Amino acid sequence: MEIHRFETLWTAASLVLIVAFIGTVTYGAVVAGVAMVGDSGTVDANALDSHPEFGDPGVRSVTEDGERRADVYVVAKQFLFDPGTSSPIRVPADTEVTFHVTSSDVTHGFALPGTNVNTMVIPGQVTEVTVEFEETREYGIVCHEYCGAGHHDMAGTVQVVPRSQFFGEEDEQ
Amino acid sequence: MTFVDEYPRQARIVRWNFAVAFGALAIGGFFGLVQALHRTGAFRGFVSSADYYSVLTAHGVLLALVFTTFFLAGLFTWGVTRSLDRRPVDYRLTVGWFATMSLGAVMAAVAIFGGLVPQIPAEADVLYTFYAPMAAHPLFYAGLALFVVGSWLAGLDWFRTYRAWRRDNPGERIPLQTFMVLTTMVMWYLSSVGVAVEVLFFLLPWSLGLIPRVDPLLTRTLFWYFGHAVVYFWLLPAYLAWYTVLPKLSGGRLFSDPLARVVFLLFLLLSTPVGFHHQYLDPGVPEGYKFLAMSNTMFLLLPSLLTAFTVVASIEHGARQRGGEGRLAWLKSLPWDSPPFVGMVLAGLMFAAGGFSGMINAGMNINYLIHNTIWVPGHFHLTVGTATALTAMATTYWLFPQVSGKRLRHKTLALIQPYLWFLGMTLMSNAMHRAGLAGVPRRTAEPQYPDAGITFEGVVGTIGEMRTQIAIGGVLLFVSLCLFLYVVLTTWLADRSPTIDVNGTIPEPLSGAEGGPRVLDNLRLWTAIAVALVLVAYGIPLADMVLTEGLFGPGSAPIPV
Repeated sequence: MEIHRFETLWTAASLVLIVAFIGTVTYGAVVAGVAMVGDSGTVDANALDSHPEFGDPGVRSVTEDGERRADVYVVAKQFLFDPGTSSPIRVPADTEVTFHVTSSDVTHGFALPGTNVNTMVIPGQVTEVTVEFEETREYGIVCHEYCGAGHHDMAGTVQVVPRSQFFGEEDEQ
Repeated sequence: MTFVDEYPRQARIVRWNFAVAFGALAIGGFFGLVQALHRTGAFRGFVSSADYYSVLTAHGVLLALVFTTFFLAGLFTWGVTRSLDRRPVDYRLTVGWFATMSLGAVMAAVAIFGGLVPQIPAEADVLYTFYAPMAAHPLFYAGLALFVVGSWLAGLDWFRTYRAWRRDNPGERIPLQTFMVLTTMVMWYLSSVGVAVEVLFFLLPWSLGLIPRVDPLLTRTLFWYFGHAVVYFWLLPAYLAWYTVLPKLSGGRLFSDPLARVVFLLFLLLSTPVGFHHQYLDPGVPEGYKFLAMSNTMFLLLPSLLTAFTVVASIEHGARQRGGEGRLAWLKSLPWDSPPFVGMVLAGLMFAAGGFSGMINAGMNINYLIHNTIWVPGHFHLTVGTATALTAMATTYWLFPQVSGKRLRHKTLALIQPYLWFLGMTLMSNAMHRAGLAGVPRRTAEPQYPDAGITFEGVVGTIGEMRTQIAIGGVLLFVSLCLFLYVVLTTWLADRSPTIDVNGTIPEPLSGAEGGPRVLDNLRLWTAIAVALVLVAYGIPLADMVLTEGLFGPGSAPIPV
């Protein structure tokens, strides 16, 4: 088959580009440690009320090997985040915060515009995302997967407070 | 002799398919205007925000499925008949698939319009992706199933015509257009199995109450098994036009026939085992499966990059035949006053831009920045919304006279139309991409969130400016669409012309099929490899899901819209 010289060059350059793309993602995952959403187990979406964590969703502070971090359990449902919508989710700055999110009805989204937190929420599955907030400020939570007629009202707030304030308050209790 | 005189029945089938396609395009396009004005807040008087999602569902289904597939069916009927130079084996089958597809499309559309018309006792505001457990009326699922079955029968029709031709022409190379049709349809059979299983075995019986629960993750995985290949089902008719018609329109010949075949084979092999890249952010899917899909996706860039080369080289050859010279000065010698040429070239140019944003989408980690933001519709309005749609319109300007025997009317309007589309899409799409980077979500009636106090910060430009561009772009696109529909309708309603001023012959490529290895035409071999790749990419993940959780668990009952 006759292949023009320019065509050979173009094909070679294309292949280099493709391999480079795969290389950057591999580098990000293996060397830079970019964690991505994976398989974090299942729950019964019809019985979240009796689930040990999702039955009483909210923020928990955890001490592990002397390190303090926070776990946040959130239930997404038509058309609110519990917690997040009626009361903000308060989390500490400069601390590992892990969101565990699931849905009690349809598929939802869970995104904090301005951060890397952006994920799907699927009934029956638990989504886990870990993030460290550097600024003390408020972030909005947006449901970005169509979930019904009130979808555009489904939003909430995350409040990032100073680490000392978050854990200090808790020590006093 | 023109196509309509040589093959009057097939020309009629092409026209019927185009009629349904453009009817869907008219309604779906108007709904696009409604959305552009509604979500930007420019005008919210058409529908309430709750009904916005019926409009959105209709926009997606009518344009992405009905318009694209009927246009494809018309184009492929012409391509097979013309390139094999013979009639289909059984005209009843031809009419049969057209009727089946039409009935399915009408059923699905009726269910969707039930969301807007209270007299229709059905609703299907589930969007084009219809993720369970949000449930539509059974009529919607039954219509979709019938529509897909109709498209399978259309493929059968073209394969039977090919086999009859093969009996009479043993040892000959498959004509290029027929080769493109057959590889596209094999890809379609392989990928649409996913959505067929999803609808027939899960969603339809579930919506009828025959099974109590379905697994939301399993069903959406089956959807995305189909959901990326379908974008190539939209695109490959445009490729057929770019490879076989555009070189001629620019005054030259296709650069290389064998490389065109290689490109279509790569699409056959790689279109399906990539679907998990739509689920990068899904819980319950291990990262390894996503990574494999990403690698396949990146290699899927290759056929499009090769196409960019071949198409540009063919156009340049055409320009030089027309007296063009210099490194870039030959561009001036192209027929910039020919509506079909301008439409196809501008569509190809926008597809290149869409390819770049597609590379971002495909990156497994950088995808977090733009997933489910308005960046994504910004991307696919360049691909399906321009590469496919504008090429379809441009092809119609060239093909419709041949299948109707009527000269194209209002050529000035037809020439303005693609330029206007390009301008409108430039405004709308660039603003959508930038708004997506700021985190503005897609698929929502009101991305403003005044109660939650959410503000989006534009990286380049302000959110207000982006909204203005999206609204203006949407209006220009709708005006462009009206021009197209007006030109086609007036041409259609006119009397037959004594002669048409379109020459339908397609010149031989510069490098012909005879120079390429015969193995390229071995469709059985390529189909087997495609199946093997799908088994690797999907066999283990699907077995994993079904074996650990069962076919229906963790299950959800239907939640009506």
